[in-house]
Amino acid sequence: MAEIRVQHLRKAFGDFVAVQDSNFVVEDGEFFVMLGPSGCGKTTTLRMIAGLELPTGGEILLGGEDVTMLRARERDIAFVFQLFALYPHMNVRKNIGFPLLAQGMPSAEIRSRVEETAKLLRIDHLLNKSVSGLAGGDRQRVALGRAIVRRPKCFLMDEPLGTLDTEFRDLMVHELRELHNRIHATTVYVTHDQMEAMSMADKIAVMNHGVIEQFGTPREIYDRPATMFVADFIGSPPMNFLRFGGGLAKGAKEIVVQGAKVAVPEVREDIAPADMALGIRPEHIRFDDASKLRGAIYGTEYLGTTQIVAVETADGIIKARVPAEIRLNAGDHVGLALNSARLSLFDKGSGRAVRTAVHDTASQGRAQHG
Amino acid sequence: MSLTTAHSVVAPSAGSKRIAGAIIIAYALISIVPLLWIFATSFKTPPDSIAYPPKIVFQPSIEGYCNLFTTRTRQTPEYINSLGPATGFCDETVRKRNMVIAGPSNFLPRFVNSLIIAFGSTFCAVFLGTLSAYGFSRFKVPLADDLLFFILSTRFMPPIAVAIPIYLMYRELGLSDTALGMILLYTAVNVSLAVWLLKGFIDEIPREYEEAAMIDGYTRLQAFWRTVLPQATTGIAATAIFCLIFAWNEYAFAALLTSGTAQTAPPFIPTIIGEGGQDWPAVAAGTTIFLVPILVFTILLRKQLLRGITFGAVRK
Repeated sequence: MAEIRVQHLRKAFGDFVAVQDSNFVVEDGEFFVMLGPSGCGKTTTLRMIAGLELPTGGEILLGGEDVTMLRARERDIAFVFQLFALYPHMNVRKNIGFPLLAQGMPSAEIRSRVEETAKLLRIDHLLNKSVSGLAGGDRQRVALGRAIVRRPKCFLMDEPLGTLDTEFRDLMVHELRELHNRIHATTVYVTHDQMEAMSMADKIAVMNHGVIEQFGTPREIYDRPATMFVADFIGSPPMNFLRFGGGLAKGAKEIVVQGAKVAVPEVREDIAPADMALGIRPEHIRFDDASKLRGAIYGTEYLGTTQIVAVETADGIIKARVPAEIRLNAGDHVGLALNSARLSLFDKGSGRAVRTAVHDTASQGRAQHG
Repeated sequence: MSLTTAHSVVAPSAGSKRIAGAIIIAYALISIVPLLWIFATSFKTPPDSIAYPPKIVFQPSIEGYCNLFTTRTRQTPEYINSLGPATGFCDETVRKRNMVIAGPSNFLPRFVNSLIIAFGSTFCAVFLGTLSAYGFSRFKVPLADDLLFFILSTRFMPPIAVAIPIYLMYRELGLSDTALGMILLYTAVNVSLAVWLLKGFIDEIPREYEEAAMIDGYTRLQAFWRTVLPQATTGIAATAIFCLIFAWNEYAFAALLTSGTAQTAPPFIPTIIGEGGQDWPAVAAGTTIFLVPILVFTILLRKQLLRGITFGAVRK
């Protein structure tokens, strides 16, 4: 197992820049997830780490060794593909043993390693089956088996659960994390599904348009989004944004939104007058008739334990997550109270989060711009 | 997923299946009549073969096969009677027509030429075709589209249109009437077909297979050999049959460029007619034997061929 260090990594396909200056470190034994919408460059980054694409610039270090320009087979990594890439002309045993065969390992040893791996993944009863007859989850396990049998420096996974049914997916998310807890393999996992990312990752990098918008733990990413893109991409429903204008001075503790004063975490930097946005997650909004921030109920979405209420304000629809017991009727006028401790402030022009008191404890929640 | 229930909107109804079946059977019968006629003729005696009205029921004889494999000379009955007892069935049959066997005919060597040239050129075309198709499919080849168009353009006119230049070139190069020359020629004609057919097949094989193999420690060539080729067998088999059928049946170039040692069976078989009258049973026997290799090859590969020509239409 090894640490993965990516420095100023860049990839351009002609005029199209797929990855712009990526920097991150995946520590030894960490489960790292690259999250982003399709076309954001996450798969390209993964393929560069694997050696399936060569970078236009930058460096990739694997366990301290520069592998940027090495061939895939010389990097000692394992890759799990979205479509698993199980060889249809080989049975399960041969598929799992295939990487060992490349190393010229004696067949008796291949046999015992394959069986050991199959036991670990609980697929030892399938070893002599053809891969074409396997169910989705078992295919996934065979693909994982082929990856772990070699004990490589790290695992790279490209949306490995993308083709599975929802129920299998939840099961495999659990299984993958459990497997990781047992073997502690450095893992880079690519997905567009925030639930997979949040539930499995030690660290997440959120990517958009070839740029890493934020790198941090799932908690940091959710609680202290570094950019409006991250705030909007993570969370369901996503963070609400309320516009407000004017500059901010260091030490400010209050802003004015739609004529209502809103307490905010203490601002830690001076911001020149500009279009700003206040970000608030739906679960941090309460109904409070005393609040000056008002709106009319537009619609509700009942979810059992909670409900999502859409409130039409002067600045568009705001969604609040409130207890399911509250009875609401469309058209009712309500006041919205915001949990000041959990607010985020953004500069609308750059999308960047303003440094406030919530960032005081954060050491690596910063966006990694250029 | 299989949709074979009665309610399927895509599955044909029983009625349309019957009509389709009837059409296919009728077509198959019409197609097989000439073949059956050739087969029957090969077992007729020369008089039976030209009898009018044609004989459907006849006494089978292998005289045609005897004549195919031998050359004979006409002798006086006195001379034939002076010979010892006939050494075999063919000897006996031939003597009844006042002839004696002079030696083996050229059919067998011509047939062997056909085998060498057809299989040799098929192997070369499929080998080159597979490698180039893989290259076009997987790598960024500069001007790939133009190159592929150029490769295809060699099929825009009938190959025979370039017969004269090829004849002149071959004479200069010393390739006239050589097996090597014919293999090169048929390979050149077939390789465009092979590249195009195989590119389609290889395009359908996800790259992830080779990428997985290359990450797992194999070189690209090993990955190609171990993961792409096994999955391309269907396409390769289908392509090989098409190439073989062309090379096996090709007549015009063979007639023009081969006359002796490298002559293939197609131009040879008609020459049988001239030897000792219109010997239709011998011609039919030659044709029948000529059909056997392609029949065997096609039957052996029929599963792949069927999957091959429906490839892309049905996906797993």
